[in-house]
Formats: sequence, C-alpha cells, structure tokens
Amino acid sequence: MRVISDGAQPISITLQRCAKTFADGTRALEPLDLRIGAGETVVLLGPSGCGKTTTLRIIAGLEAPDAGGKVLFDGADVTPLTIERRNVGMVFQSYALFPNMSVAGNIGYGLKVRKRAKSQISRRVAEMLAMMRIEALADRSIDQLSGGQRQRVALARALAVQPRALLLDEPLTALDAKLRDSLRLEIDQLLRRLGITAIYVTHDQTEAMALGDRIVVMEHGRVAQIGRPRDIYQRPATRFVAEFIGTMNRLNGSVRRDAFVTAAGSIPWPGAPQGVTEVLFRPEDVSLVAEAPHLSGTVAAAFFLGDRTRLFVHIGDSRPLVVETGARRDFRHGEAVGLKVDASGLVAL
Amino acid sequence: MRKRGPLFFAELTFTLMVCAFLVVPVILSLLAGLTANYQVGINSGLTLRWVGEVWVGYRDTIFLSIGIALACLASTLVLGIPTAYVLARRRSALARAIEELLVMPVAVPGLATALALIISYGAVPGLRTSWVFILIGHVLFTLPFMVRSVLAVLLAIDLKTLEEGAASLGADFRQRFFQIVMPNCRSGVLAGSLMVVTLSVGEFNMTWLLHTPLTKTLPVGLADAYASLRLEIASAYTLVFFLMIVPLLLAIQELSRPRPTAFRSQEE
Repeated sequence: MRVISDGAQPISITLQRCAKTFADGTRALEPLDLRIGAGETVVLLGPSGCGKTTTLRIIAGLEAPDAGGKVLFDGADVTPLTIERRNVGMVFQSYALFPNMSVAGNIGYGLKVRKRAKSQISRRVAEMLAMMRIEALADRSIDQLSGGQRQRVALARALAVQPRALLLDEPLTALDAKLRDSLRLEIDQLLRRLGITAIYVTHDQTEAMALGDRIVVMEHGRVAQIGRPRDIYQRPATRFVAEFIGTMNRLNGSVRRDAFVTAAGSIPWPGAPQGVTEVLFRPEDVSLVAEAPHLSGTVAAAFFLGDRTRLFVHIGDSRPLVVETGARRDFRHGEAVGLKVDASGLVAL
Repeated sequence: MRKRGPLFFAELTFTLMVCAFLVVPVILSLLAGLTANYQVGINSGLTLRWVGEVWVGYRDTIFLSIGIALACLASTLVLGIPTAYVLARRRSALARAIEELLVMPVAVPGLATALALIISYGAVPGLRTSWVFILIGHVLFTLPFMVRSVLAVLLAIDLKTLEEGAASLGADFRQRFFQIVMPNCRSGVLAGSLMVVTLSVGEFNMTWLLHTPLTKTLPVGLADAYASLRLEIASAYTLVFFLMIVPLLLAIQELSRPRPTAFRSQEE
C-alpha cells in the first residue's frame, strides 16, 4: 500500500471547563476538562444521552460550549471559530455524502471550496481513492453505493483536506456486524498510519477497546473514567464503568483472614482490603474445578457459543454468576458445579 | 398469461366509460374550435380560421398570462425557496404552525382573497389598474405550492447533516446553500415551478375580480368569449389554452412519478 504524505502535523486538543446546556434548559454536558495528545486516538464511550456526541460537536465547532468553556487546538483558543474555520475532518453516522455529486466530487469538495487548482484536486482525489481502495467507484453516484462503500467515501472526503484532527461520530453504527469488524480494522490501521489526532464517538465497548489509545467513559454528561482500554477493563473506577464495559460478576460477603467469605463458599484473597462487602470479577477469572472449589452452585442456564460455553451459575441469594468454560461437554440445567476464582481478578469498589 | 375473468371486462368497460365521460366533452369542444360551422357540424369542414381570430383578438391576454405566470414563478422562487429552507431547518412548533397556515390561501376561496386584496390595496394609486395587482393575487395563491413542494424534498433529505458535512469541509453559508442545498432540492423546485406556472396560467376566480378591461388574462378572456362571441371562437380559444396547459400538466405528472429505486448492494 502506498504511503500517504500528509503535510499537516497532528495537533493536541484541550477542553477547558466545557459544559453544554441546551435552550430548553437540559444539561447535556457538565463542565469537562480533557486533554488529547497530538496523534492520539481517544474514544468517547457511553450510552445514548451521556454527552459523548455533544463533546465531539463542541470540539468540531458544531456546538458552542456554555460561557466559560474553551476549546484549544495546540494551545490556541478556537472557541469562537465555527466548524468551517477549524479545519477538522468529520465522519458522520449517516455519512452525510452529497447526493448531487459523484464519489470523486464528494472527495474533492473540500478542496474545491478551498479554491485549489483542478489538477491538484484530481491528484488528491486519486490519492484518496487509492488509499481507501475505491478507485473503481470514482464516477458512481452516492445512491449506487453500499453502506461500507459510503463510509469509505466519507473517510476519504474527510481526510482529503488534510484536516488537523479527525472526528468520527458513530461511523460504524449503521453497518451490519461483519462489515463493522472489517471496517474497524481498516480505520484502526488508517489512524495508526496517518498518525492523525482522532476522536471517535461510540456506544460500542468492543469498538472502543479496539480503537482507543485512551477511552473516556461518560455517564449523564460526566466523565466516569479516563484510561487505557486495559486499565478501564481491569480496574474500573466506578460500578457504572465496571458494568458498562464487558460482563462483570458481583458477589456479596465479607473479608475474614485473607479470604472473601460468602454464603456459597470462600475465595482465598491474600492481602484483602478490610471492610469490603462486595467484590466484582470478570467471567474469565472464574474456572470450573472438580475438586476443592472456592464456590459451589448449580447451572441455571448454559449457552454453547462454539469456541466456549457460557454458564449462568446459581449460588444462592445473589444474581447468577457468569462463567465461561472451554470444556467440551454439555451442561445440564441444575447440575452441581464447583468454581475457582482468581484472586488477582477481584475488584473492590 | 393469467386468464381474464368476466370481472376484468366489467372493470375495463366501467373505466373506459368514465374516461369517455371526461374526455368526450373536451374533444367535442376542441373540434368545435376547428369546425367551419358548429351548427352544421363537422360536415361543414375543418378550418383554422377561428384560431386565427383568437390570435388577432386575444393574443394580448395570452402574452399577459404568460408574463404574469413567469413573474409569479420568479416571485415564488425568490420567496418560496428561502421560506422552505428556514421551515426545514427549524422544526419548531412555530415552524409547523406556519406550515399549516400556508394552506390558508388555498383553502380560502379565490373570490374572498381577491375581495380582501381590493379592500386592502385597491386604493393604492396605480396598483388597481396594473397587472401587478393580479400578480400579487397569483403569488399569494401559488406560493404555498412552491413552499410545500420544496419543503417536502428538503425534509426527505437529512439537510442538517448534509450542511454540517459541507461546513466541516470548509464551506461557508453561501457555498452550502448554492452548492449543497439548492442542487439537492432541485426536483422539488422543478415540480413547484411547473405547479406555479400551471396554476397561474389557469387561475380564474381571483383574476376575474382583480382584472380590468386592460388587464385581461387568458382564462378571463375565455369567459368573455364564451359569454359574448361565437361558440367556435370560444372553442378555438379553449384549444389555445389547452396547448399551453397540457404540456405543463404532463411535465408535472412526469416529475411526480416515483423515482426508480436506487441500487443498494450488500457490501463485498
């Protein structure tokens, strides 16, 4: 694949006390401070209505923050600038391709607006078409494209103007699952190769984990946690983060002499913090054992997923534990099983 | 091929009868305009004499009608497209109320609107006797058709996101409006334009009250002709009217036909 020479240096983006209150008085975003390093890919993740899209639109210049909020690009205040003066590339969930132009027309539009020479525009368009491997589509009209092709055109169009940052608003949500996986990989490779500062909004935690250098988990207009995907998965800061990302088991009990004691058994936990009454752990930190189990329970449901089986194990009063096993056998409803929990996976909040 | 039952032929007969009921009078009228002597009948021979007399006696009304229709089109384009754009961008309760109010000039009888215009502006010097007075009435009557036609198209596309996309690429408002908004509502503008011209050319109710002997439009002249001249001349006049209006109606039909559905393939 050819290397794209992009002259623009990646920029850092800083949000200072950016809040957003809409005209009807609803608070979409509580005052937010965020620093995104040059060339970094940051994913804003959260359920709908958490303020992630509002944050992106404030960075883009499509929304103005409430008075007092500031957006800085490489330290320079861009708050008063509207989107057309910020030179950011934007990719929309609905693609926002212009139906009155061909694929090439769409990709070249930003350069046409900048009054570049025709030869320069067609050279850049060809470069972009090659980069996204859609050369054959150049003269197609937009309504002749499939969803995945549209998204490639949208990316090419946003990148053609050599933006200072790339902003992506749920770019894969409108696509089906398989296509989403392959395009996600492509976007990941593209962002790494270009080294562009990118902000990516999604409600899909798999997408966030795969793409983000850092993830900003948001809830009700507030930041719940900022961190690398591994930190967020393994050391969630709040119960919301723990349960929004991946599957989390919850167990009530108490700490007694380096063990977490519950009604269903006790889990050895060297150096257990005192006073903990609830622990969280991931399904992959539990294994089925035949002898000396930490916890005993009965199978409430079993789903065969092909490479593994997902079990819901009933262990008394609390909700069933989710356990994943690679065991090559069937599980019966009501079957007694023994569980062993890896203490290093225990999280106390 | 599927066998056609008796019901099919019953339906066909009924449809043809309805068509005949509608079409036969039109054909008779057109024939009358081309017949040498209607009393004698078609045996008296066909002639263009009456069409010629219409041309001599009424061509001013034809030109005035075309002139008013074009001026009306220009006015509704200038007023209607920005109105539709604003209504499409602001989906507030007020915008929706205005959209509903736009139906008013269509719902209110033309005579009432004309009377209201005469009462309100009839005393403005020079206006009452000017063709502009008729133009004002026509614009009032046809503007809603332009706005609705353009608005329907603007609401069907995701206008806000398209504009945001263009803005993100550096396009200012003027560029967005002329390079993105206008080209994408072209079908609505075209349909609205044909509608406006057709309605303006054919408008009678309002124009009949608003006109003066010096500002007669084609339909008003037509009423005159039927009231006071030989049936052949009036019929020939109708023929001329048809020649003007039918191509417009056919074009509207063609435009309002649903587009062939866009090709959508499943990816790769």
